[in-house]
Amino acid sequence: MATARVLVLIAIGSVMFHLLSPWWFTPIASNWRYIDDTVNITFWITGIVFTIVVLFTAFCVLRFRHQAGRQAAYEPENKKLEWWLAIGTAIGVAAMLTPGLFVWNEFVTVPQEATAIEIVGQQWQWAFRLPGKTGRLGTSDIRFVSDGNPLGLNPKDPDVQGNVVIQGDDLHLPVDKPVRVLLRSIDVVHDFFVPEFRAKMDLVPGLVTRFWFTPTRTGTFEILCAGFCGVGHAQMRGNVVIDTESDYQTWLQKQQTFAQSQVQKNKKLAENEETAR
Amino acid sequence: MVDVVRGAGGLVPAAEVEDVELYHPKSWLTKYVFCQDAKVIAIQYSLTATAIGLVALVLSWLMRLQLAFPGYFSFIQAENYYQFITMHGMIMVIYLLTALFLGGFGNYLIPLMVGARDMVFPYVNMLSYWIYLLAVLVLVSSFFVPGGPTGAGWTLYPPQAILSGTPGRDWGIIVMLVSLILFIIGFTMGGLNYVVTVLQGRARGMTLMRLPLTVWGIFTATVMALLAFPALFVGAVMMLFDRLLGTSFFMPSLVELGQRSQYGGGSPILWQHLFWFFGHPEVYIVALPAFGIVSDLISTHARKNIFGYRMMVWAIVGIGALSFVVWAHHMYVSGMNPNFGFFFATTTLIIAIPTALKVYNWVLTLWRGDIHLTVPMLFALAFIVTFVNGGLTGLFLGNVVVDVPLSGTMFVVAHFHMVMGVAPILVVFGGIYHWYPKVTGRMLDDTLGRLHFWVTFLGAYAIFFPMHYLGLQGVPRRYYELGQTAFIPPSVATLNVFITVAALIVGAAQMVFLFNLVRSLSHGKEAGGNPWNATTLEWQTPQTPPAHGNWGKELPVVYRWAYDYSVPGADRDFVPQNQPAIVRSA
Ligand code: HEM
Ligand SMILES: [Cu+2]
Ligand SMILES: [Cu+2]
Repeated sequence: MATARVLVLIAIGSVMFHLLSPWWFTPIASNWRYIDDTVNITFWITGIVFTIVVLFTAFCVLRFRHQAGRQAAYEPENKKLEWWLAIGTAIGVAAMLTPGLFVWNEFVTVPQEATAIEIVGQQWQWAFRLPGKTGRLGTSDIRFVSDGNPLGLNPKDPDVQGNVVIQGDDLHLPVDKPVRVLLRSIDVVHDFFVPEFRAKMDLVPGLVTRFWFTPTRTGTFEILCAGFCGVGHAQMRGNVVIDTESDYQTWLQKQQTFAQSQVQKNKKLAENEETAR
Repeated sequence: MVDVVRGAGGLVPAAEVEDVELYHPKSWLTKYVFCQDAKVIAIQYSLTATAIGLVALVLSWLMRLQLAFPGYFSFIQAENYYQFITMHGMIMVIYLLTALFLGGFGNYLIPLMVGARDMVFPYVNMLSYWIYLLAVLVLVSSFFVPGGPTGAGWTLYPPQAILSGTPGRDWGIIVMLVSLILFIIGFTMGGLNYVVTVLQGRARGMTLMRLPLTVWGIFTATVMALLAFPALFVGAVMMLFDRLLGTSFFMPSLVELGQRSQYGGGSPILWQHLFWFFGHPEVYIVALPAFGIVSDLISTHARKNIFGYRMMVWAIVGIGALSFVVWAHHMYVSGMNPNFGFFFATTTLIIAIPTALKVYNWVLTLWRGDIHLTVPMLFALAFIVTFVNGGLTGLFLGNVVVDVPLSGTMFVVAHFHMVMGVAPILVVFGGIYHWYPKVTGRMLDDTLGRLHFWVTFLGAYAIFFPMHYLGLQGVPRRYYELGQTAFIPPSVATLNVFITVAALIVGAAQMVFLFNLVRSLSHGKEAGGNPWNATTLEWQTPQTPPAHGNWGKELPVVYRWAYDYSVPGADRDFVPQNQPAIVRSA
């Protein structure tokens, strides 16, 4: 009796918890609503299966509990039943997998018009690079990493000169414009994760990884690192600010290009030498 | 030595003659320490695994304390937290569960259940345990080396695992890798034994399709482990080279502490493939023995044959095979070619089908049964609930696009704890309550057992069920502290406190269990040879606990499958496997 009752409570309690829980996806801020839909489909199917199995178990415990004189049935198998269950399960699985694969196909198909931006991780901070006027991200290599060039951009590459590098500050992006994100790490594996965007991707040293999304509402969104990267992992934070087009342009005007920052750096160096002399 | 002798039933192979080939202990040392009896080795394995498992349990308390009360305990700094996580995860998965299921249950049950005198290579079997013990001691030593154990996470992802931003980079990681290598060597010795014993050591009449599902589960898991561990082995050797000799198997050009390192040309993703080629089957290496054992618990205590035995066997074998082609579902966002996602999502979700069939067959075994709510049965029921729960959340993480927002969050932590932590451990407990009478000759205390059961089951569910929702909210795993995070409401902190309280209570309940284990050794009720009226061979031994050689003069002969419960017309509700067919005189 008690055991069956507890099992029923677990089934009902779990469903109630699911329905009443204050903890749920953050309000979405990207085009990946389909991901949420797939999650919801999966919750429905799995939730129903879970409830049925637990309630069925509870029923068996209640109904077929040992009592004096009870004898169990002898039924080694039942091919027909087993087949029906297999087919039913396969249909349920297909109902989750099919939308999943459709959305994945979308996830890996980057739209033509997406702007490429770069996100670079290093223990334990984020840096960003925008293409700037030329519209192209120039080349980079670990060999070029230095104090004045923490992202290791190729100083000889003309495309690099107009790139905008953002370090220790927020990344801004215009709303409703698809972005193709290229990710790089100069030390260990990190993972770029903004819960409101749903999408995430690892940053792997030695590789350029990628994903795309379209921000769909303005605001400031916190970046977490979701790939364990050493003692400072939990402190590796940043922000993405989604602006209206005009706010974005105003912000962009104020940013320095790589070339400008190099000039300024050289000037500083020269001044320092001057004062030292 | 004679090869064959003539007996009543025709020619009898040598192994069935009185125990000619066993090495009988001559002293206390060879009886209890350097012992070649699989049953003693099983107990050695189990005690060692339990001891190291307690370390992992204590580490989980410390981690939970930190998560509930961040900054409150000055001895838990970020480095320590990550060391705790790493050691906890690695110990639980490998040194506790793998060792306990295969080295513990496998050693005890395989020879008894298949009707053999012992494992086929008793000496190698003994070595297996001692190497395992060495691996455990090496692992423990990492708490005492300079810099402490590694804090790289149990997945030990390079480059981070061997760079200076990670705790235990100097010694801890080396010690960890060496310990893993030792473990695999030791395991391989035991594993070959289990496989060969099942294939070659069965009593007459014990066909493969008459084996109890426990044996099928352990056997398949062992075959899988023999195929999967080598991937970890080579990975560990290569990483050791990277760390000690400066090779770059897993190390691309990178910057360490602002300096360009000497490494270059290697691939971090290669490690991930090797690790998960081992790591995913590892989940089933833990799960399949649990599947097998729980099938036998349910059948025995529901007094009913397991429903769909053949389907259960094929499901075990099918799951075992499929689980070698799903590993990259742990790497959907790793930067591997995203088109792999289509393949691995499909294979992963296909595994759900044989797995679901097993669940149906367990609950259908209960249907129209004669359910005795003994402590082992309670644990089996709890296994069904937690396994179904954890298995279903696997459908989220396996379905590539659903994994994208959830990977790396507490949802994952909740999922794998439910499915490969809680569910198999519940089976371990059920199995111990079930077989303790055979091992010691005494029953475990029932009242303490029920107390242990309810607190553990409800407590573990309370820990891990709500945790999924933290992951949905976006709370990441492996976070020393959440700090101020815009999208995380304060209620998350409250839930974290609740989970920690539940974890401490569940931990305390395990002390009740240990107390019961020790007390019942001398105070338990005398069990007799077959207290559960079970059919399988281990309950039919001439002595309880079984003597060395298991069967006395004659090996059992098997006449039927393992599930003849409540056979219509039989005079008792069970017919042992070694009972000849009832000949009705017409
Ligand atoms: C009451 C029991 C347990 C509690 C309270 C517990 C708690 C925890 C906690 C708090 C974490 C760290 C989560 C994070 O922030 O990333 C963790 C990680 C982990 N646990 Fe457990 N755990 C328990 C039992 C188990 C068992 C039985 C297993 C066996 C499969 C297990 C395997 C792991 C693994 C593999 C990790 C991941 C380590 C990593 O991230 O590197 N745990 N556990
Ligand atoms: Cu990180
Ligand atoms: Cu897996």
